Amino acid sequence: MSLKVTHELHQRRFGRNVGLALVLTGFIAVVFGLTVAKVTSGDFEPPRATQETE
Amino acid sequence: MSDATINTTSQTGEAGFGDYFALLKPRVMTLVVFTAMVGLLAAPAPVHPMIGFAAILFIAIGGGASGALNMWWDADIDRVMKRTKGRPIPAGKVQESEALGLGLTLSVMSVVMLVLATNLVAGAMLAFTIFFYVVIYSMWLKRSTPQNIVIGGAAGAFPPVIGWLAATGSMSVEPWLMFALVFMWTPPHFWALALFMRSDYDDAGLPMLTVTHGRPATRRHIFVYTALLAALALGTAFTTIGGPVYLAVSVVLNVMFLLGAWRIWGRDEAAAELDNYAVERRFFRLSLFYLALHFAAILMEAVLKPYGLGGWA
Repeated sequence: MSLKVTHELHQRRFGRNVGLALVLTGFIAVVFGLTVAKVTSGDFEPPRATQETE
Repeated sequence: MSDATINTTSQTGEAGFGDYFALLKPRVMTLVVFTAMVGLLAAPAPVHPMIGFAAILFIAIGGGASGALNMWWDADIDRVMKRTKGRPIPAGKVQESEALGLGLTLSVMSVVMLVLATNLVAGAMLAFTIFFYVVIYSMWLKRSTPQNIVIGGAAGAFPPVIGWLAATGSMSVEPWLMFALVFMWTPPHFWALALFMRSDYDDAGLPMLTVTHGRPATRRHIFVYTALLAALALGTAFTTIGGPVYLAVSVVLNVMFLLGAWRIWGRDEAAAELDNYAVERRFFRLSLFYLALHFAAILMEAVLKPYGLGGWA
């Protein structure tokens, strides 16, 4: 009798792993997007820049 | 025999991704996302789209985390009630400890990320919201007072305030008007549900108004709260977040809502049972549109403002 390779349980685990991978990828994308947004909108201007204008 | 039992348990006991997602109460999350978004967009401060998106996302995750913690704490009563029997923990798909772990992890993560994305005040308000829903409502009030829904409704009313804070970083009256709208809307919404989900709350031993004060008192309470809500909703039309569009929408919705509440008050259990609680069910469905359309109208006023069309000015 052959062993069934992909049991329903394996499919569920695979789905869970894919879901987690997508969530983590999404999280990285959000953090990256936030970083770009913060840097380009001038939230992290170095204090030196204000001294120079004075 | 025991092998077969173990095998069956392992097959039904292992959760899929969707089961973990269901712990976050996705349907409640849609309300959180929408009201938080309206709070953020109605605020008089421009927000970078990416920061706005991240803020809504982390508010939603924080709301979901409190949902998971609520399911962890309420697993015993969820097993008894028809409405909640299918949730991942009572269904045996997710362990209670897993829900606790997921809830705590996502709570911390969402608060920290909201602080980093926006500001400390918004993050602190999100942390307080999670605390309020899990500790004040779920652990304390839900099982001890028939006013559980009234005070617990505050937990669901915080998202527009957090959205506003994420945009402005400071407090003002307008987000609290949105808070009050959700807060006053929650009791009639849930009491209507309690009327037609008849034995659920009795079976779970929850001190819902229907159980402690009886159904006629609940019907009266629904009307009184609806009348107060109508006054608040219509009054909001004349504030800075309101305007003609909001007023038109609000007048129509409040006339319908008051009429529904009046009908609920005017009939008894015998009449309700005859038509299988049709009036109460209709009122409950209307309540979903009521809140969504009020917030949509606030959003509309905010969107029209830059073109000189929104508000009364």
